[in-house]
Amino acid sequence: MIPELGHYALVLALALALAQAIVPLVGVRTGDAALIAVAKPTALAQFLFVGLSFAALTASYVVSDFSVENVAANSHSAMPLVYKITSVWGNHEGSMLLWVLILALFGALLAAFARNLPAALHGAILAVQAIVATAFYLFILLTSNPFARLAQPPLEGRDLNPILQDIGLAIHPPLLYVGYVGFSMAFSFAAAALLIGRIDAAWARWVRPWILVAWIFLTLGIAMGSYWAYYELGWGGWWFWDPVENASLMPWLAGTALLHSALVMEKREALKVWTILLAILTFSLSLIGTFLVRSGVLTSVHSFATDPARGVFILMILVLFIGGSLTLFAWRAPMLRQGGLFAPVSREGSLVFNNLFLTTACATVFVGTLYPLALEALTGAKISVGAPFFNMTFGPLMVPLLIAVPFGPLLAWKRGDLLGVAQRLMAASGAAILALVVTIAVAGGPVLAPLGIGLGVFVIVGAATDLAERIALFRAPAGTTLRRAAGLPRSAWGTAVAHAGLGVMLLGIVGESQWNIERITAMKAGDVATVGRYELAFDGLDQREGGNYRELVVRFSVREGGVRIATLAPSKRAFTHRDMATTEAALMRHGVGQLYVSLGDLNPDGSVAVRAYDKPLVLLIWIGTLVMAIGGGLSLSDRRLRVGAPRPSKARLAAQPAE
Amino acid sequence: MTRKQRRFALIAGGVAVLAVAVGLVLNALNDSIVFFNSPTDVVEKKVQPGTRLRIGGLVAPGSVERGENLAVRFQVTDGANTITVAYKGILPDLFREGQGVIAEGVLDTAGVKADSVLAKHDEKYMPREVADALKKQGHWQSDYDKGQGAATPASTPAQAPAPGPQSSVAKPASTGAATQ
Repeated sequence: MIPELGHYALVLALALALAQAIVPLVGVRTGDAALIAVAKPTALAQFLFVGLSFAALTASYVVSDFSVENVAANSHSAMPLVYKITSVWGNHEGSMLLWVLILALFGALLAAFARNLPAALHGAILAVQAIVATAFYLFILLTSNPFARLAQPPLEGRDLNPILQDIGLAIHPPLLYVGYVGFSMAFSFAAAALLIGRIDAAWARWVRPWILVAWIFLTLGIAMGSYWAYYELGWGGWWFWDPVENASLMPWLAGTALLHSALVMEKREALKVWTILLAILTFSLSLIGTFLVRSGVLTSVHSFATDPARGVFILMILVLFIGGSLTLFAWRAPMLRQGGLFAPVSREGSLVFNNLFLTTACATVFVGTLYPLALEALTGAKISVGAPFFNMTFGPLMVPLLIAVPFGPLLAWKRGDLLGVAQRLMAASGAAILALVVTIAVAGGPVLAPLGIGLGVFVIVGAATDLAERIALFRAPAGTTLRRAAGLPRSAWGTAVAHAGLGVMLLGIVGESQWNIERITAMKAGDVATVGRYELAFDGLDQREGGNYRELVVRFSVREGGVRIATLAPSKRAFTHRDMATTEAALMRHGVGQLYVSLGDLNPDGSVAVRAYDKPLVLLIWIGTLVMAIGGGLSLSDRRLRVGAPRPSKARLAAQPAE
Repeated sequence: MTRKQRRFALIAGGVAVLAVAVGLVLNALNDSIVFFNSPTDVVEKKVQPGTRLRIGGLVAPGSVERGENLAVRFQVTDGANTITVAYKGILPDLFREGQGVIAEGVLDTAGVKADSVLAKHDEKYMPREVADALKKQGHWQSDYDKGQGAATPASTPAQAPAPGPQSSVAKPASTGAATQ
């Protein structure tokens, strides 16, 4: 009964979405306020019904109702409750349901909280949002029904893929989806603005919080996925340039560009057309990501059972939205008024520089990801474009961007003084050179490492310089500095923190990729392997029974300078229901580095293949992304951007400093 | 500067960055692309020793020989032809005889000296390239069903995993430091 209710609720949500898509647009066209006002209640009701539908599927998983095909294929009664719940989105149908749930949640949030939006714009945004939702409801109901029943229910489910039986599944997909789907708001704002034909600085101020929310979640989602892959796959890599990872990186790059261009539009009314285009492109890349991952054109762990009908359907959605929105853009964008003037060397200019490099880098990732598909379709030749390609294209494009990061916030709007900014960055440059020299002296190593460390320090100290300049640190009396710090808008803190986070992440990437020590060897009880400055002693081997798996555990003790400092117990799990094995790495933190030990095969002579890594600075990669997300959060908490904040008075608006 | 000059500066800057990017992409495509080949392709196209390639097929049953210090040799077959692959390191969790596999490395006279071996985290995994190559050889049905039928009696379509980590790639012991 519960699955049928869930199915029915989903159909009702589709009906509501159709109403929400059509009625307000008619209202906008005819200027009928009553019709426009329909958008709000339908958006809330639509969320309610998708929520019910999602709850129904979750309930089926919790009670292990194996008469539902989806549950039978992806769950097992012996699994812990948390994995039963996460299994809901650990499969194609359920993950699409999560997708529309989040889409409806964003619509409902906009309906409930954005009180100061003009009614017509509000209605049009919700209508566009509902058009997107309609397409995905149809997709779920027509090709991927999660509530389909089995005529002969099995006694036991086929278990969730062991790799996914991890807390990572509880965190990574929801975060990532909030990010992906969050950009639908930017898309809806852009399409609505084009439909209404009016766009101004206020539009940018309204849309920015939504972009920020999506960006924060996408950042965290990608970082979480990376850490999950790092500890779960057992060979210590944290980024593989896998097409599916690229599918999430592309919207992130475009979204980051959008975040910055919306800033120019908000402050200076410039780059209007470009911002609208970026908003459309960012969500289009999110859709392309969904297509790549879900259609089965790529072979990846992320792709689910491939059904050609689904691929074609998603492709149609893709063509409809990307083609439709770009057509709308081509038709309406020329009517938008030109924005303010600015010199190439200025804050605006630096943000254009940022956009240029981010979108170009995004384009190279796009080429690297889709070129093999295009080539195979056209010529039949099968090629692989791997990490070397991306390191040779993406890497060089990031270097000028990173060097430019500290300059941007220090440049004045309209016309900046590059020489003056360079002087103010003397401290940062000094710190960078010092870091470079110290790195060469202490670590030596490849030439890239000291340069990378120097660049990372430059970005971090440069971000701090921006704050120090704004609060007149050391230039004014302490009291003035404190007063200024208290009065500094949160968005300024956010910028500095997020930029510093970028520098921290760079330090982690450089440390991990340049000083990683790897040791792969076969070991028996009593053997000792040396990894960097640590000694790894094989103490013993155990066989254990887990709930739905058997595991082989090896006990190691870690010694440093002859002193025993830790014990590690990596394991290898065999899952009987799926005839699969997973590798559980054991990690020991030292500072911001990690010692990483995982197991390979058990050899006939009783020895075990062991993989051990010493990865200095590796944790900075994820700490850096976390700091970036915190910076985004600070920016979001800025009073001007708060979604539900009352409209600021005219006087305050005029007095606002141009940040 | 006039509006026109500013716009020109903006466009010129954009074109310059794009040109650099195009240069980088073309250069990287020249240097870093690896072609996929089935054992039959290698024989028929007379691929020269020293070429870097990806070889895909089924691990021939009974062909896996383990040597000293994690060295391993196995045969990759597509039914018509067979190529020997030599590898040193830990094989992915799902490496098994009779299953699909892709190895990447350099072709020499003895076979392929692989520096990575790829399998996927699913028991019914068949790399798409491998499946296509086998179909071309007309060995799809027999080989695939024989290999799969025993292991997985269920006839339901393969359920691959969800949003999560990627395919497992075995990295060799010999590459030393840089993994990225």
